[in-house]
Amino acid sequence: MTARVAVLAALLLALTGCSGSSAADSDAASPSSAAQNSDEIAGTLTVFGAASLTDVFTELGDQLMADHPGLDVQFNFAGSSALATQITQGAPADVFASADEVQMAKVADADLAENPEVFATNPLMLAVPVDNPLGIHLPEGGGIPSFAEILDHDVTMAVCAPEVPCGAAAAKVLDAAGMSAYPDTYEDDVRAVLTKVELGEVDAGLVYVSDVHAAGDEILAFGFSESSQAINRYPISVLADSPNPAAARAFVDLVLSDDGQQILRGAGFLEP
Amino acid sequence: MTRPREGTAIPAPLLIPAAIGVAFLVLPVVGLLVRTPRADLGPLLAAPAVGEALRLSVVSASLATLLSLLMGVPLAWVLARSRIRGRALLRALVTVPLVLPPVVGGVALFLVLGRQGLIGRWLFEQFDVTIPFTTAAVVIAETFVAMPFLVISVEGALRAADARFEDAAATLGAGRWTTFRRVTLPLVAPGIAAGAVLCWARALGEFGATITFAGNYPGTTQTMPLAVYLALQDDPEAAIALSLVLLVVSLATLLLLRDRWLGRTTAPVA
Repeated sequence: MTARVAVLAALLLALTGCSGSSAADSDAASPSSAAQNSDEIAGTLTVFGAASLTDVFTELGDQLMADHPGLDVQFNFAGSSALATQITQGAPADVFASADEVQMAKVADADLAENPEVFATNPLMLAVPVDNPLGIHLPEGGGIPSFAEILDHDVTMAVCAPEVPCGAAAAKVLDAAGMSAYPDTYEDDVRAVLTKVELGEVDAGLVYVSDVHAAGDEILAFGFSESSQAINRYPISVLADSPNPAAARAFVDLVLSDDGQQILRGAGFLEP
Repeated sequence: MTRPREGTAIPAPLLIPAAIGVAFLVLPVVGLLVRTPRADLGPLLAAPAVGEALRLSVVSASLATLLSLLMGVPLAWVLARSRIRGRALLRALVTVPLVLPPVVGGVALFLVLGRQGLIGRWLFEQFDVTIPFTTAAVVIAETFVAMPFLVISVEGALRAADARFEDAAATLGAGRWTTFRRVTLPLVAPGIAAGAVLCWARALGEFGATITFAGNYPGTTQTMPLAVYLALQDDPEAAIALSLVLLVVSLATLLLLRDRWLGRTTAPVA
């Protein structure tokens, strides 16, 4: 068990190239984020965030509310594509954070996003059930293996559907590995892939590094060289029709601040 | 005995809520029709994936209805006519899928029939059979969600039917099986037909349990509702067009069946 976690940690380090950041770091960080104009930032702030941001954004929202007692932060977490559709259909949101640039572009094309900035990246990893029934392992010799090297025999595999950001990235990985026809199911979001891996109903699934962090001991995960060709970039933007632009700006600034970035690193997201 | 076929004038207190009810149910469908991109419909609907999803939907919903009839009618009879103990509890148990969120139903199916599940593990180890991610899983998920609709309808019909016909058959020397086959079944045929239609419609629209338990793979497990949902992520116009196809096919089927089965059986039961 410990050995496995160590393998995972080592892999994450290899993949991210950053020094070990843990939950303890992010807890200790940031007693308060630069709170100028705190009297103007109040009322309700509605943030539409990609499902993969659920844990981090909730933490950042709590922090912003602690800094601005008159502020109430509400979240709508869902697949980025669904959120983009809701926003273009007139949903009253202040901030949109997408899991890829395609969905943000949809909102920007409708002149609804003001100035999207990339605040994190999130590559894919191969997740397998914790008891690793097929004995998927790293090849000898160290380094980052290719996808085909860790998955050298036929397995039941779940990936996201190509219509959603994690599926678009998975398709690129599978194309690069020459294994496009490989998956057994195309899930509607990345958490559904993770659930099937955790239940042991598939032998492997492609999920984000941040999901591997969130799942903890429930799964094992392997990095692979092709993931560098399909790293999702997460943009965030204040929305043009924002009912509360001051609070929206404050939230976006917090996400882009050193504190915000440290919390994102702690949850497994990589630097933009 | 005989009800007037023409009906009577509608009392005002019923008319207004009924009219609001019609608007509530029909306007969203009108919205679908209005937003349909007419020009691009042709190539969109001719895509092989659409035909595949539609065929898979109709076939799996029909199989689910067949399974529901085979299991559900006897079950409804047990609930309505037998004197076994704990009938109320049994009824509550078999109608749980009605209130269970379908996604939870899908996870529950995993825990029984999945590769790690109670029965599924044995099937996998003994016979190398896996159910999830196959068309069989689609049929199972749809049956799980839709069969209670049939059971409730048929049980209601059995309770409403006059038991004296069955008693008469018994006094004339018919055995219990003969009575069921020759008297009870014809008596509740309209109820069975209505239940089957409800069951079929529910199975056709099933989404949550299917995508959870059977997954989503074009040609094997991607039914129309799954195709519509995923299209919505990417191309709302395509999603609307696909919804419309599902709507037309289901309406056409239901109207056809109505003429066939229900049209004949408007004779009063009581």
